Amino acid sequence: MNWLRNPWSRPRVLALVTWLYILWSIVPVIIAIQFSFNAGRSRSAWQGFSLRWYTGDPDLSVLHNAALREAMGQSLKLAVLTMLIATPIGVALALGLARWRGPGAKASNFLMLFPLVTPEIVMGVALFLVFVYLFKFIDLGTEAQLLGHITFSISYVVIVVRGRLFTIGREFEEAALDLGASPVQALRLVLLPMLAPAIFASLMIVFAISIDDFVISAFLQGGAESTTVPVLLYSTARNAPTPNLNAIATLLLVFSMLAIGIAISLQRRGGRGKGEAVESFARLEI
Amino acid sequence: MKPGGMRLPRGFWRLFALPGVLWLVAFFVVPFYAIAAVAMGRLDPLFGTSAPVWNPIEWDTTILTDVLSDIAGGGIFQTVFFRTCLYVVIAVAMCLLIGYPVAYYIARHGGRLKVLLLLLVIAPFWINYLMRMLAWINVLQDDGYVNRILMFVGLLDAPRSWLDGQPSTVVLGLVYGYIPFLILPLYAALDRIDQRLIEAARDLGASSWRAFTKVTLPLSKQGILAGSVIITLPMFGDYYTPDLLSQSPRTSMFGNQIDFFIHSGTGEATGATLALVLSGFVSLLMIYYLVSVARSSREASS
Repeated sequence: MNWLRNPWSRPRVLALVTWLYILWSIVPVIIAIQFSFNAGRSRSAWQGFSLRWYTGDPDLSVLHNAALREAMGQSLKLAVLTMLIATPIGVALALGLARWRGPGAKASNFLMLFPLVTPEIVMGVALFLVFVYLFKFIDLGTEAQLLGHITFSISYVVIVVRGRLFTIGREFEEAALDLGASPVQALRLVLLPMLAPAIFASLMIVFAISIDDFVISAFLQGGAESTTVPVLLYSTARNAPTPNLNAIATLLLVFSMLAIGIAISLQRRGGRGKGEAVESFARLEI
Repeated sequence: MKPGGMRLPRGFWRLFALPGVLWLVAFFVVPFYAIAAVAMGRLDPLFGTSAPVWNPIEWDTTILTDVLSDIAGGGIFQTVFFRTCLYVVIAVAMCLLIGYPVAYYIARHGGRLKVLLLLLVIAPFWINYLMRMLAWINVLQDDGYVNRILMFVGLLDAPRSWLDGQPSTVVLGLVYGYIPFLILPLYAALDRIDQRLIEAARDLGASSWRAFTKVTLPLSKQGILAGSVIITLPMFGDYYTPDLLSQSPRTSMFGNQIDFFIHSGTGEATGATLALVLSGFVSLLMIYYLVSVARSSREASS
């Protein structure tokens, strides 16, 4: 009855539950990664280590199979373009929403939150129908997918950048203005440098959510050439029983982990300790 | 104008918000309107394909009333809708049962390991959802690790086909897929609780269980609610989890119906109507959540 004498001692049962949960959440993924290195064709029986499904196999490896290679290319292309377009729009929107007082400000703020709570399938259907029936000049495929990805990414950028804006406050830009800076100078020389870590973190987060997206990419897919890696995983996970799927999924994982690692370390550079960066990152997703 | 200082020109900040707002109007509001225009549009008499009607005065609600009366009156959509609700309720309850102790442990007793634990809990966020399902497809195959382990310890005599239309597999898939999104808001809520309140309860003679049920649990109610809403919304629109883990119409969810009708060529109007019904239902959940948040913050301030 140790816990009766010292109620703040570590509860063993809770610790056990927590570590079991973490094992349960991560071990299947580790097994999937393990099988991407399988020498045989099985995704459930280990037959030795090889790079066959990454580079070795002349037909089916990620390097040599046209379908897999093109899917990886499409995913990366969409993620990079989305990151480059959605981030500036989102940063500007965050600045506007944080500082703009007046009619329309509240409604715009509300509008920005909607994409975050709309089930993705509803957004997918909506964008699909609008490109088929109204914006007919935009074909389904890469263009439509890019527009869709930017649409759901903007709100994330706003959330990240606005969090930083609140901690900065308005004093700095007001001081700059009082000292004779023009509004554009105040923005360029004072506010933007202070926002830099949040802006770079946004770039990385947008890259990661774009490369991970499945629903919007699937609904706005034009043909085989606009298949992304998640769409490929969805359509072949049950019918293509070789570990090359595990290999391409592992590559996708490497890309999004890299992006997130960079984002967290940038938050750290933004004047926060390591633990604080991770914690604020944990909160940011809410 | 203040002496020596510039003031911001009128509408300076509004100008910044403009591109984003216009973007969201063009690619979020208008597309949403397109769902309504297709759902309540006309059908081509010859081919049965959809023709959207953009003028709301000419909207035809036949399909919408059909779908709603089907849901109310025991049709196929009712079966699917009830099944979806059942799966979601069980999955959310299981997420809470597993997630609450985890979030509680990290927030209260994480200690030196707090950052590591948080990193491990965040990790699944950034592992592609479909890869996480693929991982389970690997281990749940007939000759996969799960069957081999269960047969080794004697719980199974023969391999069980997990991926063959088993509702339990789909529900476990949903739990596995969405639980990280619940743990983080729970963690945030539990971490915010002032430790001194719990110490005060203990000093006043409450047992640790009583301190938990009378102090910690009520103070984390908002986190429980927020986390549940955050995972409920996407679960209602999920179609890929049952597609990947079961492939059987026996476990078809509401999202599967939408996906099917939208891609069926002639069923776009029905698909759009189902999407409209889903958004209506999800909005009701959101409104309930916002009202309860407003009520409890009023209670807290009074």
